[in-house]
Amino acid sequence: MQNREILPPPMLRIGPLRWLKDNLFSTRYNALLTFLAVVFLYLTLHPTLEWVLWHARWDAIPANLKLFLVGIYPMKDVWRVWVCVYWILLLLGLSGGLWGRLAREAALIVGSGAILLLLLPFSWMERLWILGAVLGLFGGLSIGWLLRERKSWRKDVIILWALSPLIVVLFLGGLPNNPLLSPVGTNQWGGLMLTFMLAIVGIASSFPLGVLLALGRQSSLPVIRWISILYIEVVRGVPLITVIFMTSIMLPLFLPAQVRVDQALRAMVAFALFTSAYIAENVRGGLQAVPRGQIEAAKAVGLSGMLTTFFIVLPQALRVVIPANVGQFISLFKDTALVFVASLLDLFGMAKSILANPDWLGRDREVLLFIAFVYWLFTYFLSRMSRRLEKALGVGER
Amino acid sequence: MRNTFKVLAVVSLVAFLMPLMSIGQGGGTLDVVKGRGKLICGVNNAVPGFGFVDQQGNFSGFDIDYCRAVAAAVLGDPNAVEFRPLSAAARFTALSTGEIDVLSRNTTWTFLRDVDLKTNFAPTTFYDGQGFMVRASSSINTLTDLNGATVCVLQGTTTEQNLADLARRLNITINPLVFPDSTTRDQAYDQGRCDALTTDASQLAAVRTTLSNPADHKILADLISKEPLGPVVRHGDDQWLDIVTWTVFCTIAAEELGVTSGNVGDQISSSSPEVRRLLGVEGDFGTKFGLANAWCVNVLKSTGNYGEIYARNLTPLQLPRDGSLNALYTNGGLLYSPPFR
Repeated sequence: MQNREILPPPMLRIGPLRWLKDNLFSTRYNALLTFLAVVFLYLTLHPTLEWVLWHARWDAIPANLKLFLVGIYPMKDVWRVWVCVYWILLLLGLSGGLWGRLAREAALIVGSGAILLLLLPFSWMERLWILGAVLGLFGGLSIGWLLRERKSWRKDVIILWALSPLIVVLFLGGLPNNPLLSPVGTNQWGGLMLTFMLAIVGIASSFPLGVLLALGRQSSLPVIRWISILYIEVVRGVPLITVIFMTSIMLPLFLPAQVRVDQALRAMVAFALFTSAYIAENVRGGLQAVPRGQIEAAKAVGLSGMLTTFFIVLPQALRVVIPANVGQFISLFKDTALVFVASLLDLFGMAKSILANPDWLGRDREVLLFIAFVYWLFTYFLSRMSRRLEKALGVGER
Repeated sequence: MRNTFKVLAVVSLVAFLMPLMSIGQGGGTLDVVKGRGKLICGVNNAVPGFGFVDQQGNFSGFDIDYCRAVAAAVLGDPNAVEFRPLSAAARFTALSTGEIDVLSRNTTWTFLRDVDLKTNFAPTTFYDGQGFMVRASSSINTLTDLNGATVCVLQGTTTEQNLADLARRLNITINPLVFPDSTTRDQAYDQGRCDALTTDASQLAAVRTTLSNPADHKILADLISKEPLGPVVRHGDDQWLDIVTWTVFCTIAAEELGVTSGNVGDQISSSSPEVRRLLGVEGDFGTKFGLANAWCVNVLKSTGNYGEIYARNLTPLQLPRDGSLNALYTNGGLLYSPPFR
């Protein structure tokens, strides 16, 4: 009995007509609903598509592409952004080759996206940059693949990833009195680049903070528990826009007059503080889903409380809450548009500025549709990666 | 291995935080700005003609030019400005907490803002007001002709309130057609769903350029509200207020005297005593408020006089200056600089 192979249920093979009948016209009412849906789709999609293809004036998008991507970052320093992009893509390629699975799929999706970009009407100079990025990514991928048997390389790549924030800040921010890397304040970072920075820093710092808060809320030490509860409930009780407003406009009231904290950093802190409270509640749900028996079993084999938490409870709890947390991160990604309160010009703020340029007046629909598409691309990428991760970890199957 | 990570983590953290904290200097706004080496100017990043980002990524516009003018006067460099785009809700808080040195963001000078919010307004740089756009072929030429007309207006703004007040005051019937956002409002007007469109005159011109046939529309000369716009500073720093005030007057006086960005170099050797005082050749005016004597020369070299600023930013929007309140007083407008003496 145990040795017998478990076969998947047989696949149903049906023709297209049969599929139509089963799914769309199975009863008279379903047929009517299908008909109404088709009419509705025709009525809405037809004018939309007609507008998108024939009437929309898309010229504002290619003309302002630099603004959408990097905002008001100085033109002569844009190569520094490319250096960072190359660095990240190379590492992504290497990781894809070394680890396979998730990293490889991410690398392949990003790579094919970059190849698609080559088909768009960029200038030759920009195409050359993109081509370089594609080559870097696939070069990394093949080097990683060749070296996949040497485990020591994985450690090195992890170190390189850990160095990335430093390199990105160094190249984008520059150094004082350096002619090559002249300082560029974060008030000049903008566009999609800023949106990414805010989202990545927000995600990377809110996650550990949220896990700690969730553990704190479950703690048996009353002071830690109360502080965690107070923090979570207060932060969840205020709208994100007020948190950003407080950190970006009101902060100087609480600091000595001489100290100025960087504008983008304040926004990042606001996002991290806000999101961590929600992550904490998600993770708490996961913690409660871990059966009591697991903890007892861990204690029985002699694991300390710390070891039980980090090696038995948390891995199971975090696995369960992947979908909820990714949902939170996607929402964080889109919420970055609220930084217009903090005087920062992210993708959305940039779009509004471009629309006020007398040359591009009246292109609201085209520009807003374009940035909506860009937001969708990246949030869809996130949710696809999360589904892949769930599959790899067997969420919902075990 | 573990130590490598620790060292890396600490180094990254320190490297990340170092450039982000900067220490300014105490004292008046002028000293702070000079110590910092740049002016922090609160602006709008989304008003056609007044504040936006151009294709090269530079802030550009009428209000932006006044930031540059102040920076040129104080620091001698029109590019020594950090622009801080602010929402309407955040602008006064940002000013009062010291986040910005000067606010140049199409802000209307009102009693409550001046007195209650503890701000000081520099002279008005642009006299705006709520106006109307109608079809050139229509018989509407004055406000009373609007009787029975349908007017496209934004929802829940003072604009809508002013329209209702106007109808009551003139005892006429106006049918407002309200819209939640300006894009749909403009399209409705373009498609002929209303006879007139009302918003601030400065915006009307921008809207007209987006219509399918701009030449078919005209903007009525009558305005129904007062919206004097100008730079704003905090209460309690008279020296700084003087600097911003006289920077504005420098651009106006230069136009009165015929000094432009092009001829300012020649005008320094002018024999006219007014010009010589304005350009700091005589009288040491700059040092009296802590600036270089060539402060006004620096302003004119970088942004030009008022007429040049207007022509560069607002003329492309087909916002006529002649006959408006923004003409010089010698042309029937309200722009008038006190004498430099």
